[in-house]
This record gives sequence, structure tokens and C-alpha cells, in this order.
Amino acid sequence: MYSETQILKEASAGDIDGGELVINVGPQHPATHGVLHLVITLQGETIKKIEPHLGYIHRSIEKMCESLSYRQFIYVTSRMDYLSAHINNHACALCVEKGLQVEVPPRAKVIRVLMDELTRIASHELWLGAMAMDLGAFTPFFYAFREREAINEIMEETCGARLTMNYMVPGGVMFDLHPNFQKKVKAFITQFKKKVVEFDDLVTNNIIFQNRMKGIGVLSKEDAISYGCTGPVARASGVHCDIRKIYPYEIYDQLEFDEITESAGDSFARYMVRVREMHQSAKIIEQLIDNIPEGDYQAKTKAVLKLPKGEFYSRVETARGELGVYIVSEGGTTPYRIKFRSPGFSNLSALDHIARGGKIGDLMATMGTLDLVIPDIDR
Amino acid sequence: MFSLESITNAVQDWLNANFSPMWALIIQCAIVILLAMGLFATLGLVLVLMERKVAAHMQIRLGPNRVGPKGMFQTAADTLKLIMKEGLTPEGADKLLFNLAPFVVMIVSMLLLAPLAFSNGFQLWDLNIGVLFISAVSSVSVIGILMAGWASNNKYSLLGAMRSGAQIVSYELSAGLSIISIVVLAGSLQISDIINSQQDGWWIFKGHIPAIISFVIFIIAVTAETNRAPFDLAEAESELTAGFHTEYSGMKFALFFLAEYINIFIACAIGATLFLGGWMPLHIGHWQAFNHVMDYIPGVVWFFGKTFFLIFVIMWFRWTFPRLRIDQLLNLEWKYLLPISLFNLLLVTLIAIMGWHF
Repeated sequence: MYSETQILKEASAGDIDGGELVINVGPQHPATHGVLHLVITLQGETIKKIEPHLGYIHRSIEKMCESLSYRQFIYVTSRMDYLSAHINNHACALCVEKGLQVEVPPRAKVIRVLMDELTRIASHELWLGAMAMDLGAFTPFFYAFREREAINEIMEETCGARLTMNYMVPGGVMFDLHPNFQKKVKAFITQFKKKVVEFDDLVTNNIIFQNRMKGIGVLSKEDAISYGCTGPVARASGVHCDIRKIYPYEIYDQLEFDEITESAGDSFARYMVRVREMHQSAKIIEQLIDNIPEGDYQAKTKAVLKLPKGEFYSRVETARGELGVYIVSEGGTTPYRIKFRSPGFSNLSALDHIARGGKIGDLMATMGTLDLVIPDIDR
Repeated sequence: MFSLESITNAVQDWLNANFSPMWALIIQCAIVILLAMGLFATLGLVLVLMERKVAAHMQIRLGPNRVGPKGMFQTAADTLKLIMKEGLTPEGADKLLFNLAPFVVMIVSMLLLAPLAFSNGFQLWDLNIGVLFISAVSSVSVIGILMAGWASNNKYSLLGAMRSGAQIVSYELSAGLSIISIVVLAGSLQISDIINSQQDGWWIFKGHIPAIISFVIFIIAVTAETNRAPFDLAEAESELTAGFHTEYSGMKFALFFLAEYINIFIACAIGATLFLGGWMPLHIGHWQAFNHVMDYIPGVVWFFGKTFFLIFVIMWFRWTFPRLRIDQLLNLEWKYLLPISLFNLLLVTLIAIMGWHF
């Protein structure tokens, strides 16, 4: 392994005579959407090698969780993948519930799924805007934020927060839904369906956009599996990996929605998967919004939670892929060891493979479609 | 009709009556320089504000609205800020070239102002090869950009500058060919002759479809030549942070920024002059009454109206399209625009020889 200073020295030396140029993309760079550091070897404009360097936003969340109780540690996980805080909390809550053998009331289950799907739409909206910005189009970003803002408002009313919601607790959800929730969600879905056409006009059907995306950053099905890619990235390569379908949790097995897959595996396929997934999420919300069962929103649990000795694992489908939570318990009030399997890390590992041989512009487009959230990769 | 020519003539007469010929010339030069600089400063302020307002409108937001009424003085405040900032020269940079580059780019934009006709007779220098002068001088700006990229000692700058070099040199061809098609129709290289040849209608209407094709190619080519989105690869924000001017700060950055907007203005002014009649009002053949009514609108209004319309179109591009990739950019030029403009030039020549235009 190189030390950081060695890498920087090498990078600044840059063998121009040999035709190779080493540049540092990041840790501060407009395209990395966070503190990701890529050391790129270039031949002219063509990429020869990409080395991601991680650790700039490592907060040792896994270690922190070991000293927090089973109620507290869930709040820290909102800070991992900050765009799908609900889903992170959900995964942890599921894992703790598995250990406690708690039955979640039906109302809480439906609320959780609703929140998850709203989060998924919000996350994909933000990704859509950010990716368009990577390609040099600024305007879709604002259009995407307009849609996302509506979801943030809904979240704020019910959960009291817009980004790190901390709403899911072991046994259910923290509060009941706000009285306006149903009305606002319905209004959002109507507006979403009307406005999503604008993205097709502005982005999807744009010839420059299609030329930048089609056939770029191709990830084959085999590679997707061997790199451990999950979520829209793997589904764009034809891998059936939607946890909601293959290991249904909560009430996903009773809902009607499609697992979106494409076969091309290029940037455009990844783009299309996410866009079509937003429609599926809207479909799920439409099925549930009028059928929220009455009853408790939280199961009765003890004030201090103690998991029995053993190992517990739960997995959910976040907006970026499969999130696994693995808890080792010694029977105490805090986990002995906790491990998160984050989707971003595996998806990033495929970047070098798929962006090699492309141009710098392709790298940005490919990185955009991988939908990297850096705190999710580093934790 | 109202004409700025009367003012310029009055000034000239007064100067010649009161001073010796040499002093009259020197004072004239001083007035012209002051006017040109004033125009530069005003254009910079107005165009930057316009860009931000247009962008805001397209992006469902308000844009600058705090400094002065409706944010009118926002760009003035920004300029003040840029003047007061330190102009850093990075260690390892070639100091001479690094500090010279913004001035080269700026001087080129200033030179291009010379042959523009703002109104009837209101023109700095009506030289007989005006169009050639514009094509020749506008390609010099790439030297400034290459200097900036090389002297910065920054890899992003270098990549941006090389991209810019490839891009400007390529798109010069299409821009040149579409300008030539109007020269063929008008039969002159002199700006005033070209405008006068549009007395009975603008070339975009008189020249049938080939003129429209030329116009479209011209707009695409100048968008690329001025490094504007979707051809802003030289500064490609998400790829090269800021491209060739990554290392520039303070007033030196401001000069690049200003030069970009002045170049847009000049490119659009040339487009308006060649294709849309410059200061010439909208005239339709022999509709005497209509033409007479149109003549009541002063030429300056026509000129700036057309120019700002084209500027708006170019801003519209920027806030709508994603950026092209470098190889796609060059493919577009060499595989599509250049053959089309060459063929189009033949068509235009045919039209001009046979006298098929109106």
C-alpha cells in the first residue's frame, strides 16, 4: 500500500514525457459530490487507471455503535447514507426486532413502507439532478429539487426533520402520522406524475444526453455479480437483486410492483432503471396511501432493550442497493460488534473497471450513474 | 430619420474647427477609447446580470434580487469584490505568461469591436476587409487561452486549454464558411456594404434555405468558439473544475470572465449584422409604407435588439443542454458541420451567380 504523501508526490510528478498524466480528482472536486479522492492516470484524455482513495469522511460509525444502546445506535445510521436515512433506520430496526422477537403492528409496517418509498423517490430525484449537473446541465437540478422539496415537507411534518429523520425505532415508528400526511402525499403523487414528463423532455430524450450515456461505462452481468454491485447498478446489468422481491420484508410481498431490470448495463440503462423505479415507488405509495390500517404505531417494548446472545442479520433495499446490518450480541444492552454492508462501497469498486478506456467526461457520467454517496462508502 | 451620424459629424466638425488636425485626431482617439471602454464595462455588467436573470427564470428561481432594485447592482458589487481580491500567481507558474494571458484574451475582444456598426455611420473603423478582420482576429484569443493553461502549471488548466485549442481551431472553419456565404451573397467584405445590401430584406430571408442553414451553423460555431455550454469543455466545471482559468483569481479572473461575455456580444453582433441586417430596420421588398414605419425605430435599437435576442438564444442553450464530450464535439464539427457548410457554400454561390435571391 502507498502512503498518502507518496501518492500525492507521484501524482504531482506526472510523467508527461511518457504521455501519461496523473491527476487528483478530489478530495474537493465538483464531480465527486463529497470528499472522494480519485487518482486518475490519463493518456491524453483517455483514462488508463482509476484509484479511489477513501477515508476522508470516516467517522467510525460501526465502532461508535458498539457503545450505544439498541435504541440509540439507530440514530447514528441516519448519517451514513444521508439520502435514505429512513431506510438505514429501517434496516437497523428490523435487525433489532429480529433479536427481540417483536411483532410490529400493521399500521407501523405500512407507515414504514410508505416512508421508505418516499425516501426512494426523493433520493432518485436528487441523483437525477446531480447526475445531470455532472453532464453539464444545471437546470434539471432545480427541477429535481422542486419535487424533492415536496417530500421533505411531508417528512418534516411527520418526523420533525428533513434529512436525518430518525423516525424508525425498534417495534415500529416514533410518532403517528401527521393529520395532513395522506392529503399531502396524494397531492405530491399527482404533481410528480405530471412533472416527471418534464425530465423526459429535458433529459431523457435529449440527443446530447443519450450520446453521452449510451454504450458508456458498460458493466456486464458477470462483473456486476463479482464486484458485489447491488441496487439499480446491478439491475441495469440484468441481475435480479431487488431485496424487496427476493427476501421480502415488512409487507412488500403483498404489494404489486415490478422489479426493474435492464440488460444493456451502460450508463443509460442505469439511468433508466432509476427513472422507472421512481414510477414503481409511486405505484406502491398509491396502493398504500388509502389503506393505512388503524391501530398502534409502535409495539410495546421494554425501556432498556437487551438482545439475546447471538448473531442477527437484516437486509433492505435502499435507493442505492442492498444495505445489510449485522449485529453480534453478547446479551448486553449494547451490540458487541456491528457491521454495515453498504451498497456504495461495492458499487464504487466497479468504477475502475467500467471507466477505463473512456474519456474524462465519461468518467463523470459513469460516476454520476453509480449514485455514490460518500458518507455511505466511508461510514 | 434619426441617426447617430449627425452627432459624430457634429463632433468632428467642431474638433476640426477648434484644433489643429493632429490634435483633432488625438482627441477623437481619446473619445473613441473612452466610449469603447465604457461600452465594455457596461456590457460586462449588463450581460452577467442578464445571464443570471435568464438562468434564474429557466430554473424556477428569482436570481439576484438584493443589491439595488431587483438586484440591478449585483454585478457592480461583484466587480468591486473582484477588484479588491488578491490576484494570486501560483508557485511554479510562468509569471510573465500567466499575467499576460488575460490581457491577450481581453485585447482580442477589444480589437473585435472596431468594425462593428452600431448604427448608420456609427462605426469605429469601416475597413474594407471588415469580415476578414473579424475572422482573423477572433482566432487569436485561443493563444491567450493556451498561454493561460500552460503557464498555470496546473494539469486541469492544461487539459482545459488543449481542449479549447482543438475546439476553437475546428469551429473557426464552420464559422468562417458560414460568414463567407453571406460575403458571397453581399459581394463585399466591408461591414457597411453588407448592411446596405440588406436594404430590401435581411439575408436570412433573402437567401432562401441556404442562408438559414448558414445562420444555424454560425450560431452553433460561435457558441463553440466562445466556449459556451453545451461546448464549454474548456472550463467544464464538473470535469476540470474551471479549466484553463482554474488558477486565476481577482481581477485576472474577472478579465477572462468579462472577455467571455464580450466575445458572446461580439459573436452575436456579427451574426446580427451578417444575417439579420445589423442596424437595418425590418424591410420587406417594396412595401414602402411598412418600411417607412419601421424606419422610425432608430438603428441602435434594431442593432441591440437583434444582438440581445441572439445572446438570449445562446444563454438558452447553456441552461438547457448537457455538455458534449470532447470527441463528440470534434465529430460534430468535422463529420457534420464542415461538410454541410462546404456544400451549403456551393448552394449559396449558385444562388448568388444565378441571382435567385430576392
